[in-house]
Amino acid sequence: MTAPPTLETTPAAPGPEAKQPKVRSPLWDTALVTFLSFVLALAIGGVLIAVSDPDVAEAASYFFAQPLDTLAAAWESVSSAYLALFQGAVYDTSASTFQQAIRPLTETLTVAAPLIVAGLGVALPFKAGLFNIGAEGQIILGAIGAAYIGFTFALPWGLHLLLAVVAALVFGALWGGIVGLLKARTGAHEVIVTIMLNYVARFLLAYLLTTSVFQRPGRNDPISPIVDDTAQYPALLGDWSRLHLGFVVALLAAAFVWWLLNRSVLGFQFRAVGANPSAARTAGIKVERSYVLVMMIAGSLAGLAGSFQVLGTEKALSGGVSAGIGFDAITVALLGRGSPTGTVLAGILFGGLRAGGVTMQARTGTPIDIVLVVQSLIVLFVAAPPLVRAIFRIKGGGSIETLQVSKGWGA
Amino acid sequence: MKLELRGITKRFGSLVANDHIDLTVNPGEIHCLLGENGAGKSTLMNVLYGMLQPDEGQILIDDEVASIHGPGDAVAAGIGMVHQHFMLVPVFTVAENVMLGYEYTRSLGMLDRGAARDQVVELSSRFGFDVDPDGMVEDLPVGVQQRVEIIKALSRDARVLILDEPTAVLTPQETDELMRIMRGLADEGTSIVFITHKLREVRAVADRITVIRRGAVVGEASPETTESDLAAMMVGRTVELTVDKEPSQPGPVTLAIEGLHVFDEAGRALVDDVTFDVHSGEIVAVAGVQGNGQTELVEAIMGLNEHVVTGSVLLAGAELVGQETSAILDHVGYVPEDRSHDGLVSSFSLAENLVLDQVSTPTYSARGSLRRDVIKNTSTTLVDQFDVRTQGIQYPASSLSGGNQQKLVMARALSRPIDLLLASQPTRGVDVGSIEFLHGRMVDERDSSTAVLIVSTELDEVLALADRIVVMYRGHIVGIVGPDTSRHVLGLMMAGVPYDEAAVQAPPDDVDHEGPVVDGGAL
Repeated sequence: MTAPPTLETTPAAPGPEAKQPKVRSPLWDTALVTFLSFVLALAIGGVLIAVSDPDVAEAASYFFAQPLDTLAAAWESVSSAYLALFQGAVYDTSASTFQQAIRPLTETLTVAAPLIVAGLGVALPFKAGLFNIGAEGQIILGAIGAAYIGFTFALPWGLHLLLAVVAALVFGALWGGIVGLLKARTGAHEVIVTIMLNYVARFLLAYLLTTSVFQRPGRNDPISPIVDDTAQYPALLGDWSRLHLGFVVALLAAAFVWWLLNRSVLGFQFRAVGANPSAARTAGIKVERSYVLVMMIAGSLAGLAGSFQVLGTEKALSGGVSAGIGFDAITVALLGRGSPTGTVLAGILFGGLRAGGVTMQARTGTPIDIVLVVQSLIVLFVAAPPLVRAIFRIKGGGSIETLQVSKGWGA
Repeated sequence: MKLELRGITKRFGSLVANDHIDLTVNPGEIHCLLGENGAGKSTLMNVLYGMLQPDEGQILIDDEVASIHGPGDAVAAGIGMVHQHFMLVPVFTVAENVMLGYEYTRSLGMLDRGAARDQVVELSSRFGFDVDPDGMVEDLPVGVQQRVEIIKALSRDARVLILDEPTAVLTPQETDELMRIMRGLADEGTSIVFITHKLREVRAVADRITVIRRGAVVGEASPETTESDLAAMMVGRTVELTVDKEPSQPGPVTLAIEGLHVFDEAGRALVDDVTFDVHSGEIVAVAGVQGNGQTELVEAIMGLNEHVVTGSVLLAGAELVGQETSAILDHVGYVPEDRSHDGLVSSFSLAENLVLDQVSTPTYSARGSLRRDVIKNTSTTLVDQFDVRTQGIQYPASSLSGGNQQKLVMARALSRPIDLLLASQPTRGVDVGSIEFLHGRMVDERDSSTAVLIVSTELDEVLALADRIVVMYRGHIVGIVGPDTSRHVLGLMMAGVPYDEAAVQAPPDDVDHEGPVVDGGAL
């Protein structure tokens, strides 16, 4: 019953300059908080690296005799881990050729591509007031569609890839569309439906990989035949890097989503439905139709991520084809605050963390799980701007757009 | 108990909501706080009730400084508040609501419902409230729910009672009853702070009047002050209380509603066999107390109703029942009753809100893309034409005051040629200046031979605008009467009394300006 301060404005006859509501561009504020969240997360990750390192533990056993030893060991352990992370994600300073040196960067972008499109598949429904937890399932469906076309038919170069990608889009759209339809027709909450459809997709995939249509001849484990060369995304840089055309497609998808949200009638309606469904309905916008459409588009974006997996990096359908991308996509979309640009940047950051984490583990023995902790912490801090502001003592604008994720149950 | 506010100042950022306000409420006095929406009345009362902390100033109770840091302190100090929106649990009984938060307990923490019941009965009989302690709150009429709120405050020994816009939800008769109760309480020594913007009520019940404008006290007045003087104090300039309009020149029937029913899930008729016409060039006002089917009637016309609708709504000969809202909006300008819930997307810019219901038409879009230049130009023009006070069309609608938001909604409704303007509560929660403007625009629209249908619970508004008045009660039409029907007769009709009986019951001095029955007793 604590009413918010009723800011009773006095509209009787204010001149335009009498009382100006503060409308500050929150962009700078947002970027700052996001960056500081990253710094904080790395700092806490550093503490975890230090305490889990046996060398540090050994030095700490005589901490009171030689405290500097402990600190030195901790510094050594944290700095080498983060250096390896950087070397694995951006630029390998220990490499002998330039190609080898920048290969980590291309690897980052390769890993980022599916994160970006799947992230868009979560970010877009955010704007329409829906929380799509189902990217994982939609990725799996997209991968099934792409793989089936990819290894079943023999088609000319170009057409084969195109058809396989279209299949991924359609399968993803169907899986997303089911969610939209159930929401629109029955009021089922999209969070529950998408979570459940993730399971359905996972076990559908597991089943398909036991059938003669999908299982690779001569194999007993769940893996499909390798997709034909004609259906694969062409490499962008040559054999030395895994970077493929999918990354360009991901950027185009981000541009499309930006246009959709900011320039198109449909996106306008999505945003209206997300911000105030009653006002949208009153203005003649078909809210239910918007739910179905936005989930279909979201599903096809996630399905596209599935196609990147089977037609780009993995080349075959397996039980682990989605690789948790659908869940990281949620984090990516949250970190990107639901905007296409933010999602691209967040996708690249997470791609870097994933790629670098592997190198970090290989070179310094620091478990890759630290990367997951850092990822989670970033989002945790981003979700609580006042906390970050308090830690760094920045004056808060309070103008940060708090991302509205989902309506209440049954809304 | 004597209550005194000294130099209360409350700022929100650069906005001074309360500017050194001094106010004294004597024991047993009904002190009326008069001011427009947004003048700072609610802020002041929230300060008094401890929900906001003042930046400067003191609250004195019986000449001693009181420190009030929360509603708990306020209640302990003997201050009770009846909010505009009731703070009751609908599925609890009256007695349970009254003891909520201050539960009487017996041993082992058992609730003592009996004691709570006894207290309700005692207070109820002492002040003539007529409230059943075992009644479920959700089943009670609004007027009775309000009395439950008052009992709640009194049960906590409130000696100062704050009533925040208490009459907004009441029929004229319920309002009279409330005033009788207020007078009774005051006679027993309870001080009452009565917050309102309705001039008639102020003059009827107040002992003293303090007028607030833009966060500051602009003066005191006695109940003898005329309404136009009070209005001038409140607004800061002379105000036209009546709408200047020529007699209507009705053309052919534009909107013909015939046997319209709306049923809820349980099959109850929310709108019960409603039949009436609106001619072009005519303003028809649907009068009635809130919740008597007006909302459902409007939603049925607009194709927004989720309930079952039967009957016929013909607009210029075309059937609207069963049509999509977007198709209906091609011919109807619509001002929904709750602008923040249904009218505006508050995070959207002014420009986006101005095209919200037309965005998919060729005017504002081409090949799926928004025509941003057209949207920008049209919005700029509309903001200008409708005197929306803003810094620019790119600012969010939430940055506007209530009156300007309402002008924005009206601008959208009138942004294109329409056959019918359907405005529900067109000036609710809007400042006097904007009311004048909005009324003027609706009359202009009538004069350009559009059919205008207004739904309003404000009798003043109905009387000021209507060429014909349709009175609704419990979903059906009590009668259709002329604009010069007396206030008292309309009040009775709003309570379900047919015109013939109402005219007889009306006090004699009212009968002489009783209007001719246009379509009396039509059901």
